[in-house]
Amino acid sequence: MSTLLDVRDLVKTFGEGETATHVLRGLSLTLDTGELAALLGPSGSGKSTLLTILGTLMKPTSGRYRMLGQDLVAADDAALTEFRNRHIGFVFQFHNLLPDFTALENVIFPTAVREGRETSAARRRGRELLVRMGLEDRVDFATTKLSGGQKQRVAVARALMNTPQLVLADEPTGNLDRASARQVMELISEINRDEVTTFLISTHDEKIAACCRRQIAVADGLVTG
Amino acid sequence: MLYGLKIALRYLTANKAQTALLVSGVAVGVFIFIFMSALIGGLAEFILSRTVGDISHVTIEAETPDPAVLVDAKGHLLVAVERGRLRTATLRDTETWTPLIEAIPDVRAVSPQITGAGFLARAAQVAQVSVTGLEPGRESAILDLEGYLVAGSARLGSGGIILGKNLADELDLSVGQVVRLQSSNGVSVVPTVGGIFQTGTGMLDRTSVYVSLPTARTLFGLPQGVTRLEIKLYDLNAADATALRIRGLTGLDAVPWTDGAEQLMEALNAQAQTGYFLKSFALITIVIGVASALLLSTYRRRPEIGIMRAMGARRGFVVFVFVTQGALVGLLGGVAGATLGYLALLPFPGRDEFRPGTLPMDITQGSYGLAIMLTVIGAILASILPARSAARVDPVTAIGQ
Repeated sequence: MSTLLDVRDLVKTFGEGETATHVLRGLSLTLDTGELAALLGPSGSGKSTLLTILGTLMKPTSGRYRMLGQDLVAADDAALTEFRNRHIGFVFQFHNLLPDFTALENVIFPTAVREGRETSAARRRGRELLVRMGLEDRVDFATTKLSGGQKQRVAVARALMNTPQLVLADEPTGNLDRASARQVMELISEINRDEVTTFLISTHDEKIAACCRRQIAVADGLVTG
Repeated sequence: MLYGLKIALRYLTANKAQTALLVSGVAVGVFIFIFMSALIGGLAEFILSRTVGDISHVTIEAETPDPAVLVDAKGHLLVAVERGRLRTATLRDTETWTPLIEAIPDVRAVSPQITGAGFLARAAQVAQVSVTGLEPGRESAILDLEGYLVAGSARLGSGGIILGKNLADELDLSVGQVVRLQSSNGVSVVPTVGGIFQTGTGMLDRTSVYVSLPTARTLFGLPQGVTRLEIKLYDLNAADATALRIRGLTGLDAVPWTDGAEQLMEALNAQAQTGYFLKSFALITIVIGVASALLLSTYRRRPEIGIMRAMGARRGFVVFVFVTQGALVGLLGGVAGATLGYLALLPFPGRDEFRPGTLPMDITQGSYGLAIMLTVIGAILASILPARSAARVDPVTAIGQ
């Protein structure tokens, strides 16, 4: 398997001087294409900050971050936005769907925003993803009318819309009941297996972590195992 | 950016009550703008029509040549004796100039006139009057004698005279009675009262009398030529340009009504400035309303903006969505306000029917297109700040809210 991303000596510090908080303290990590990895660690260990930096939503204070051969520390906002849209998908703990849009409109958003319109091809793919998530009867439902588990499955479909190489999931099952959590994790495993999409899942739940082939432990801003 | 437009529309329709309130606020601003435009414009029109509507807009008067001072070759001063104080300057060749002037597009009517002073007498009663000789058929060319007539006819035949109501009352005259009119030259005629008018302007109603041009020639001893040409225009405001054009065309000293009307022009300008201020305040209200509503909207939608940015929406896309919202609110409010304004102005009498005591609202001066355009531009400008603020939203912070 080829290396998808490579992070070296990543440092992230919030604040300055005496109030400075060092969240990442020289963290290094490599992920290969097609990995299904769990990011484990207590609250405040730096998991979410690491995911945010890997998702190009935040820049590190120092260190190196390369993905698909591109230096993502040096890139400007426009380049990072473009990169994020094409290569990275997100699944958040609280689904974070657009409330005034239907399930299908939420799923196709990443493609539509890039192409400037909702193409029939995008609609077709969005519909297919929703069918795959078991939401064929919820395609045109307003997201406010969906259950928590359904919303999270819509969020997974949206993360996959642009066929990204990497999907970052921050506690994707943290807000779901056991059955829904299991359903979401089964979908993630299936997509990882079928489409060779790399998943990095931040979780507190050891059962969820056990579903992943690799577990990465983070403590005090460093990878510890 | 069709997709940006779709999102902007969705945001506007997502909260219909809030959008309706915002659009209503803009519409009220536009309504005020249009109402003020129609009122200020109508008022100016009314004042102009009441003050200069019935006077000549461009006047050509015969210039009185200075008396010659004759100096002989030996240096003795010879005095040229003016033959009487009442020598009248005349404009010749008016038959040539009149058709030329009438052919100018802005010119509505041309009236060759002979004017002078005189006395109107009935039995022992005598009144000093201003005599104007008018060409038959052009009696109402400048002053709308026909419109102001309260008795008789406005047609001036030979031997007829039309006079003001105050003068008629003073001399106890009525239509059909015979009077004696004596010019300052001492020539008398005995015309019959053919019509009595009332303009509402005391001076005019008390001292003006109108006779036919041939009668005036007899009175003032002018076998040919006239003393002045009065010209009425379709557009009062075109007087300066038309006077200039007539001067170029004829070489005659054409004087627009604006010469010597500085105080009136100043008053009208001041009124127009007041109108601009009021309309500007209406626009500022619109801009502040749209800006504050959109600022609130962007604040409320910060998490969504964060999600969009995380999903790959560029800053420019976010700016477009919110600016489009502003533009749509401006357009909807502008059209609604303009429609309301038009409907509200419909019951008012038209500009040609202004009467004392009524509000002189001119529906044609509502500036509807301008109001809509300025509102859209104002709303766009008002939305730029909130839109830029939205585009600067940090996705991490916003999603974490």
